[in-house]
Amino acid sequence: MADKITVGHVHMSGCTGCLVSLADNYGGLLTILDKYADLVYGLTLADVRHIPKMDVALVEGSVCIQDKLSVEEIKQTREKAAVVVAVGGCACYGNITRFGRGGQQNQPQHESFLPVGDLIKVDVYIPGCAPTPQMIRNVCVMAYLLLKGTKEQKDLATKYLTPLMKAAQRGTTACFCDLMTEVINQGLCMGCGSCAAACPVRAITHEYGKPQGQRDLCIKCGACYNQCPRSWFSFDVIPEFEGITDIINGALQ
Amino acid sequence: MGTELGKYKSCVSARSTDKEILKGAQDGGIVTQLFAFALDEGIIDGAIVAGAGDEPWRPRPFIATTKAELFAARGTKYNICPNVSFIKEATRSYGLDKVGIVGTPCQMQAVRKGQLYPIGLRDVGDKIALAIGIFCMENFPYQSIVQLVEDHAAMKMEAVKKMEIGKGKFWVYGQRGQVVQLPLKVTHKYEQPGCHVCLDYVANLADVSTGSVGSADGWSTVFVRTRAGDSVWAKAIAAGCFETQPIEKVKPGLELVSKLANEKITKNKTTLEERATFGVGKALRNPYI
Repeated sequence: MADKITVGHVHMSGCTGCLVSLADNYGGLLTILDKYADLVYGLTLADVRHIPKMDVALVEGSVCIQDKLSVEEIKQTREKAAVVVAVGGCACYGNITRFGRGGQQNQPQHESFLPVGDLIKVDVYIPGCAPTPQMIRNVCVMAYLLLKGTKEQKDLATKYLTPLMKAAQRGTTACFCDLMTEVINQGLCMGCGSCAAACPVRAITHEYGKPQGQRDLCIKCGACYNQCPRSWFSFDVIPEFEGITDIINGALQ
Repeated sequence: MGTELGKYKSCVSARSTDKEILKGAQDGGIVTQLFAFALDEGIIDGAIVAGAGDEPWRPRPFIATTKAELFAARGTKYNICPNVSFIKEATRSYGLDKVGIVGTPCQMQAVRKGQLYPIGLRDVGDKIALAIGIFCMENFPYQSIVQLVEDHAAMKMEAVKKMEIGKGKFWVYGQRGQVVQLPLKVTHKYEQPGCHVCLDYVANLADVSTGSVGSADGWSTVFVRTRAGDSVWAKAIAAGCFETQPIEKVKPGLELVSKLANEKITKNKTTLEERATFGVGKALRNPYI
């Protein structure tokens, strides 16, 4: 018990889909909670009212700046957590909450939803809508290895998390157009198809070998750009796919 | 020979023992034969291949779940086919639990990135049962191939029986038996720009990778790279799917594969360096971190 890390799930303005994704690890989640992490904070999951000190905060949702409590909680999260992970498109990039008009707000004046990184420093991004259970699981396992592992495991976790840390430094906006500006316009696209597979709203097709996006459909979750092997690609990590997959699967046994 | 050929467990020269496969094969029929065997054995439920598109020689990704469908996709089409775009759909509306995929080295990189960093690929990673990579120096947009075939080789696209890059030339074979060869210096400018930063020639990240280079005509060089690849390859050999020769006994053998791999990697590393000082105090982006 003593060498587990402490993890909290901080719920800002999101649909709880990210939390469902975490839960969709099923037995894997139980193993994580059993062996590697204590859940010290989480709406409906932990009977804790105020944000406690923790190793890793998994933040879901964007921050409504007209909601004082949300703003206060996200600031506290930064103070209390050693590592802040933005989980999902809303926390990373605003995602669908960028377009929030009418409908579901708590109060009519709630109109400004900011990605977490616009208010506090975020350490790691897990983009996508919803972020995948496997991606959340990988980051949880790697966070454990980073904080509690041997030197070798720490090195591996650092290498694995580095691209996700760089994604957090890159900024708080995402769009299908990133593929245009950062990949195709940079002469880097080779038409593999990853972006179209990653898009949760099927906004991307391929015309004559290059992605074509329906920008009206794009929800700005960042999945396409971050899945693209020509957005970022780590030769320290990806060629070791067999060994690293074994390590992750082994950790969840 | 250093890292240019990637990690591999074994390497042979091989060809399919199935005459029907060889009839329409680019070289040794490795991809079609291995997928056909894997389908028969239940190692895969289907494979994402370059199937027929709307225009002649313009492929589009196709999920083959029968031998006949695999056969229909035999042979190399030298232009872009976004096979990875089907990798999630294969596990959804097609319901495949064990997916085969064939692709270029960059597409194998995409598949492995998708397994280790499944940003938008929920429940896909562990369903990829067999990833076959093909050797690749560069690829072309469809319009480039049209221009090469129709303008340079003066042949109609629909009249072409086979295209091939080998022995320093781009070959276009017509259905009536005519053969046109173009020197590669003609084809270079038509290449897809994204290929010029690629540092992988022999699909280092595939389970099994294959291509003509290194082996005799009608044969293919095969690298078996991963546990998954090793397992299916050993079973296929035991089932008599392939004739093989030790690569050491074959001319030109691995020496040529290495030479071409090093040429590609060196050239493209230079491109990456030039991109760093492309403008005046402004760099083009480097995707590798």
